[in-house]
Amino acid sequence: MNEQLQLDFDKIIKTLKISEKEIQLKKSFLKKFINNGFPNRKQEDWKFLDISQIIKKNIGDLSFFNDYSLPNEIDQSIFVSGLEHNKIIFINGRIEKIDFNYEDQNQIEINDEIGKIITFDYENSLIDLNNAFTNKTFKILIKKNYSLKKPLIIYHSTNDKIKSKNVNLSLDFELEENSSLRLIDYFSDNADKNFVNILYNFNLKKYSILKNYKLDKFRNNNLKYSFNNIEQEDNSISETFILSAGSDYFKNEVNCNLNGEYSSAFINGIFSLKENQQHEIRSTINHLVENTKSYQLIKSVLGKNSKSAYQGRIFVNSKAQKTDGYQLSKAILLDETSEFNAKPELEIYADDVKCSHGSASGSLNENSIFYLMSRGLSYKQSKELLINGFLLDVVEKITDPEIKNLIKNIIGLKE
Amino acid sequence: MDTREKDIENLKDYKYGFTTDIENIKAPKGLNENVIKFISNIKKEPKWMLDFRLKAFERFKLLKEPDWQKPKYPKIDYQDLYYYSAPKSMKDKPESLDELDPKLLETYNKLGIPLQEQARLNGIAVDAVFDSVSVATTFKGELTKHGIIFCSMSEAIQKHPDLVKKYLGTVIPTTDHFFATLNSAVFTDGSFVYIPEGVKCPMELSTYFRINASETGQFERTLIIADKGSYVSYLEGCTAPMRDENQLHAANVELIALDDAEIKYSTVQNWYPGDENGKGGIYNFVTKRGLCKGKNSKISWTQVETGSAITWKYPSCILKGDNSIGEFYSIAITNNHQKADTGTKMIHLGKNTKSKIISKGISAGFSDMTYRGLVDINSKAKNSSNYTQCDSLLMGNKCGAHTVPYIKNKNFDSNVAHEATTSKISEEQLHYCQQRGLNPEEAVGLIVNGFCKEVLQQLPMEFAVEAQKLVGISLEGSVG
Repeated sequence: MNEQLQLDFDKIIKTLKISEKEIQLKKSFLKKFINNGFPNRKQEDWKFLDISQIIKKNIGDLSFFNDYSLPNEIDQSIFVSGLEHNKIIFINGRIEKIDFNYEDQNQIEINDEIGKIITFDYENSLIDLNNAFTNKTFKILIKKNYSLKKPLIIYHSTNDKIKSKNVNLSLDFELEENSSLRLIDYFSDNADKNFVNILYNFNLKKYSILKNYKLDKFRNNNLKYSFNNIEQEDNSISETFILSAGSDYFKNEVNCNLNGEYSSAFINGIFSLKENQQHEIRSTINHLVENTKSYQLIKSVLGKNSKSAYQGRIFVNSKAQKTDGYQLSKAILLDETSEFNAKPELEIYADDVKCSHGSASGSLNENSIFYLMSRGLSYKQSKELLINGFLLDVVEKITDPEIKNLIKNIIGLKE
Repeated sequence: MDTREKDIENLKDYKYGFTTDIENIKAPKGLNENVIKFISNIKKEPKWMLDFRLKAFERFKLLKEPDWQKPKYPKIDYQDLYYYSAPKSMKDKPESLDELDPKLLETYNKLGIPLQEQARLNGIAVDAVFDSVSVATTFKGELTKHGIIFCSMSEAIQKHPDLVKKYLGTVIPTTDHFFATLNSAVFTDGSFVYIPEGVKCPMELSTYFRINASETGQFERTLIIADKGSYVSYLEGCTAPMRDENQLHAANVELIALDDAEIKYSTVQNWYPGDENGKGGIYNFVTKRGLCKGKNSKISWTQVETGSAITWKYPSCILKGDNSIGEFYSIAITNNHQKADTGTKMIHLGKNTKSKIISKGISAGFSDMTYRGLVDINSKAKNSSNYTQCDSLLMGNKCGAHTVPYIKNKNFDSNVAHEATTSKISEEQLHYCQQRGLNPEEAVGLIVNGFCKEVLQQLPMEFAVEAQKLVGISLEGSVG
């Protein structure tokens, strides 16, 4: 694999017009990645689902070079209907279109930052991989006091031109004081057996609001990894909703640093998995100052041969008195072969806090099914009704009514 | 002075911190095959026992010391330790207590564990372990009547080799983790219990561990076998002198419950925790594991952990037999610079197996406390259930409380529920108690005891009283 990495890297460097300094930086990330390789189960964060094995089994050899010189045709049929929205369209990892037609153009700044690298303090070789290979990073800045009128949908689509490829993309967002953004990540795939690696960074200034909805609904054979880093100043709010249902493998990581007082973070997620799917959500909420709040609710419905994992961590710094942290994960196992893993973790260094977590897993309640069947429903209908009710709970946490309806339609949940 | 104040006065300084000046026989310093042969030789062990040790040592050489735990400690030089230390007078084990070195008797009297016939604790048979050897076992005659074997491990190897051979290392094999394997290679003494079929042990069995010699690691090994339909309740207590150095305690405890048998294992651990600046204290790295081998068997762990500089242990249950039950009740208290990383593992293999985990952690001062636990439901463990509750109480913002549960559910017929909370003592509760005339310290003591009640009531009577006092006293100076 290492030769392939080096070869593909050299090809990419040739196509990018970036400074020597930036090349060196990229090279250092490549070196780090080559040293560490794909994460495996020996690393605590990858204990439950071993990406290195999954890539080996599902894809085999990956190649890392993508030719971005030619544009791809945009397939209009993938667009979400019934909701006016701004668009960013990625096809096979190439940005095809950025369209903020509904907005005041003076209030949004989009900078094409070739060679720009987003760095964090965490050891994560997939971020290193992303930094080494990503070809373009756009920075999107929402100016002070501006709230986007319409949501922004980022389309992550693939067409049949790629196979066994690693696709890396990254975006950097800054929300200035008192601004707000509703962001939907919408995945639709026509390609098979690729590994998509997405890196987002969000800087939330005072009083800003970010709502991010990640919708992976359509069944496909790709493997995906997404990392969201969210930095929050005073009184800012972040809300993340994850629908994890489509890909063969999907790991969503959210790292949230509550740096300002009265900031809050919400993470809600649904796993709805079937045959051979393996999905994971890993969240880290760092309560770093006083008076911050976080809330997490994750629910899984697991079919035959599927596996979900939830690793949630609440960290409370010794300065962060009056923290309120809550975490709940629940799972329904539908088949003998389904598996649920959880590691809800609390790490607390302040005494005046309220932190709790809960986790429960089991099968559908037979009594409830009996009750519904005695009212005339079939077994299948009863089961569906119970599962829908179970999941609807999470969807109801979405604070934006327009998007809540959209998501209900997409999932096919009716009230 | 009321009793509580007296207790505090008594225990303000760790009252078990004295040393007994006694002549010792030690193995040469360091860890190598010769030392293992020395230990085996001095204990007059048969060849199969030496082979067991050497096999473990071969394996140990390949292992790396784990470092994933939360409390970090300076590297231990395993070559700079004594692996065997025994009072000289114990070279030929005295036949009766009359021949026992009076200094030893005095030591145990001071610890509140009288070994003499007339002053014996009522209804509790004690095996007293001093550094590397068992010095005395009480109530032997009474127990023999019921066919119960309760003796030191060394004696069991001599007198009951078949049982030892059959069960030793079946729960913690010689191929286990670093500290367990080290123990398998160099273990010195410990208790051996065998309860025959259908016998309900008429009294509590108890071991009292005492570390005395300096620069010595204590590696004892306990094996308890409850045959079909039997019942035993076993208690363990520990203390050590105050020293500036850190001492290693790496014991292995194996429990085996056959069909319909029940073992109840309680620990009140009060090793020297180090001084208030975190100097000295015991490293308590113990491997405790129980196997519910037969159907309808039950193993229950209860622990009150107040001592040690670092406590790092996970008493576990392997629920292999159908309908077997595993329980874990724990109170862990850390104060000053103490650190603890403790919890349990419940591994469900058989059908209809049930487990329950209640863990209460209290941290004060500059201490750090971690609950780490695993609930693993195997795909064959149909209709199993687990309930876990771990609560932490923090006093002050210099200490930490962490909860790291691992939950693996591979069976759709099984239910796993986990709950955890972290909080401080609420102002309302304090206010209420003080309004009723308690001073702040009494109020905290009362609330903490209430917080721990679910676990304390699992302890046998004699221990519960002591543990309750210990809970109050360990937190001394952390209020205000």
